[in-house]
Amino acid sequence: NTVLSRANSLFAFSLSVMAALTFGCFITTAFKDRSVPVRLHVSRIMLKNVEDFTGPRERSDLGFITFDITADLENIFDWNVKQLFLYLSAEYSTKNNALNQVVLWDKIVLRGDNPKLLLKDMKTKYFFFDDGNGLKGNRNVTLTLSWNVVPNAGILPLVTGSGHVSVPFPDTYEITKS
Amino acid sequence: VRAGSVGTHLPASGWDIFGDLRKMNKRQLYYQVLNFAMIVSSALMIWKGLIVLTGSESPIVVVLSGSMEPAFHRGDLLFLTNFREDPIRAGEIVVFKVEGRDIPIVHRVIKVHEKQNGHIKFLTKGDNNAVDDRGLYKQGQHWLEKKDVVGRARGFVPYIGIVTILMNDYPKFKY
Repeated sequence: NTVLSRANSLFAFSLSVMAALTFGCFITTAFKDRSVPVRLHVSRIMLKNVEDFTGPRERSDLGFITFDITADLENIFDWNVKQLFLYLSAEYSTKNNALNQVVLWDKIVLRGDNPKLLLKDMKTKYFFFDDGNGLKGNRNVTLTLSWNVVPNAGILPLVTGSGHVSVPFPDTYEITKS
Repeated sequence: VRAGSVGTHLPASGWDIFGDLRKMNKRQLYYQVLNFAMIVSSALMIWKGLIVLTGSESPIVVVLSGSMEPAFHRGDLLFLTNFREDPIRAGEIVVFKVEGRDIPIVHRVIKVHEKQNGHIKFLTKGDNNAVDDRGLYKQGQHWLEKKDVVGRARGFVPYIGIVTILMNDYPKFKY
């Protein structure tokens, strides 16, 4: 019954307790529905055609969108949610590609931050380059807000908010006056 | 390590391994060896089974860098799956290897372009990085493909992988 053996059993016990708690965190939230309604609105759309300086240097369509987001994320946060990684993505199809998805904007909401989103007149964080020239005259570009739920321990689900907006892109390019 | 002196009754302390071994008879020795082999092969079977079950060559990975903070920190453990029927979609956290490099990278998919025939090319970026990963890809490579993917992160446990990182950074700790 030395100090060492006592320390050993104490260590083993705390390890088992922590493992049980971790498993409890996981199993109590594994099947929860993490979706909430989202209101999206697009106020301005503009289209240019320039060399894609972020990657393959070909002339590609570059879109600019100004948007609003309203969402209440309060009900998602529980004892096992560490943070939410929100991202606004545009989904559309073109002649070149059957499916395109581009993330335009993202935000990290930590547990404790204000969960009510009331964003107006937001500009996209990332350049909306198409792989080609498929945005011009595209009738149906759908914007959705989704989030990645990051738990304290457990499953990492991707959830799409219920509520999306589909917008058409203009038929003409804006010429940059230089 | 004291060489076992067979006549005296020595207290069984940790340093007395060889003394203990010599005290056991052959059957007990074989039993111990078999026991050990059973444990090792069970561990191996579980690991290989996981590889088949998840479809990923490395179903459990340790996060090595801080490029996905504050979601994942160095030392966190990720559980991956890599099913072929699951197409790559924007927002997913993928673990990939750049062609020619051994180090797996854990980042998020921010762009997906899928052709009619199902061929997908995508771009990744670490949450904590200001720019996308094109600087990490091979020279002249602009997109990743399915073949570069080790798996998609489906589950997460914090801190457990710290042991692996300690052993990597301070190899002396292995002993």
